[in-house]
Amino acid sequence: MTTERATRGRLPVVLVLPALLGLAFLLLPMVGLLVRAPWRTLPARLVGAEVGEALRLSLVCASLATVVCLVLGVPLAWLLARGDLPGRGVLRALVTVPLVLPPVVGGVALLLVLGRRGLVGQHLDAWFGVSLPFTTAGVVVAEAFVAMPFLVISVEGALRAADPRFEEAAATLGASRWLTFRRVTLPSVLPGLVAGTVLCWARALGEFGATITFAGNFPGETTTMPLAVYLALETDPDAAIVLSIVLLVVSVGVLAGLRDRWIRGAT
Amino acid sequence: MRRLVAVVAALVVAGCGTSDEGSAPGEVTVFAAASLTESFTSLGKDFEAANPGIKVKFNFGGSSALAQQLNQGAPADVFASAAPANMEQVADTGTITATPTTFARNTLQIAVPKGNPGGVGGLADFGKAELKIALCAEQVPCGAAARKVLAAAGVTAVPDTLEQDVKAALTKVSLGEVDAALVYRTDVKAAGGKVEGKDFPEAGQAVNDYPIAPVAKARNAAGAQAFIDFVRSEKGRAVLTEAGFVLP
Repeated sequence: MTTERATRGRLPVVLVLPALLGLAFLLLPMVGLLVRAPWRTLPARLVGAEVGEALRLSLVCASLATVVCLVLGVPLAWLLARGDLPGRGVLRALVTVPLVLPPVVGGVALLLVLGRRGLVGQHLDAWFGVSLPFTTAGVVVAEAFVAMPFLVISVEGALRAADPRFEEAAATLGASRWLTFRRVTLPSVLPGLVAGTVLCWARALGEFGATITFAGNFPGETTTMPLAVYLALETDPDAAIVLSIVLLVVSVGVLAGLRDRWIRGAT
Repeated sequence: MRRLVAVVAALVVAGCGTSDEGSAPGEVTVFAAASLTESFTSLGKDFEAANPGIKVKFNFGGSSALAQQLNQGAPADVFASAAPANMEQVADTGTITATPTTFARNTLQIAVPKGNPGGVGGLADFGKAELKIALCAEQVPCGAAARKVLAAAGVTAVPDTLEQDVKAALTKVSLGEVDAALVYRTDVKAAGGKVEGKDFPEAGQAVNDYPIAPVAKARNAAGAQAFIDFVRSEKGRAVLTEAGFVLP
């Protein structure tokens, strides 16, 4: 008891100092944005332009992409953690490819597969008249492609850390594998799932390269906030800063709000 | 420590030695518009061959991004911009004080995928909703130029995407994702056989001037001037013409 208090009482400098440096490193660029922001003209700029449209599109697309990632990514994480697959290590590495790939390359790769002349896309176009590039659905596809690894890795890590004996106990009590997954496995990895979902949504919200390459840029259809920021930077850096601050405030607000609710609900 | 001082001194002496040999010494850093990538890379090699001892280092990028880098103090000797507006951005801050020279001009061309699957014949086709059309965003020079020629032709374009730069628009054409885009003649040339270029009469309404100037605080002012002179020489003009530029 006394040793515990002793270790808690004084934080080791070797940890605190780099921690504070790390915090400053992450926060200072944001301070830079806030300092350079044109505060006097900010309200006028917010009312004008297509800020609302781009913001709405960003939130809708990032949320839809997160739903896609949850529907496909959680089962994939389960398969990687629990499935008895040959070459699981290679599969696990392959899942992280979108993380390593420069997003612009990811966008070109998506075009080569799902584009009008792409491997799969040409059939979608010929059989169903569906063409993903230059549509809002294309934005969701690009964001999901880039963001899904964050979810899969988080959930897989949580699954591997979870104690499989609870699942075994459920099985001996007669629960089916699906019931066990829903009632035992998922609740036990909830914190990892929440963390993965948050990361996934945040990554999708900030996505730029794959989106502009695969889905193009058209106001109201595919121009999300990061695209609007990039184009504003070409002619009007002040407008770009305003847009960035809006995106920052909204995303931090949403994440802080959700975090409190979800984490509390999970424990 | 003493040895280090000796080495540094020797290097300084050696550096001075070469500068006394006449032509400008060392390294010339050139910030140039992305559309100059092919022609300036080739010109740089010729320049180095003609001036032994000088190395040319290039930083290619969007002209407005380069202008911002220069204004933030990026080390450069020469700036070659794809638009006078970006040259003015650096002149406004005093980063460049010399009068820029126009060394090349670029005009727009219609780029279509090989075989022209959309059957695009002219600017009027840019108003057809059933065709997939890419234009540059109006914030970048090729988008501003596209708006001018479309207005001159009286065409209301219905683009499917407004690309962030001319190379991105060209990629969409070469992959066959769009039926047509408005890009520069030099970009069509640089794409080789992957896209076809079509001239149109209104192209003369939007001629893009390319200014070049030495940076005021150039570390190698003589080298900067030598490079600019080389770009404007017969040899330089030949390379630029070959790349599809029109010369002033």
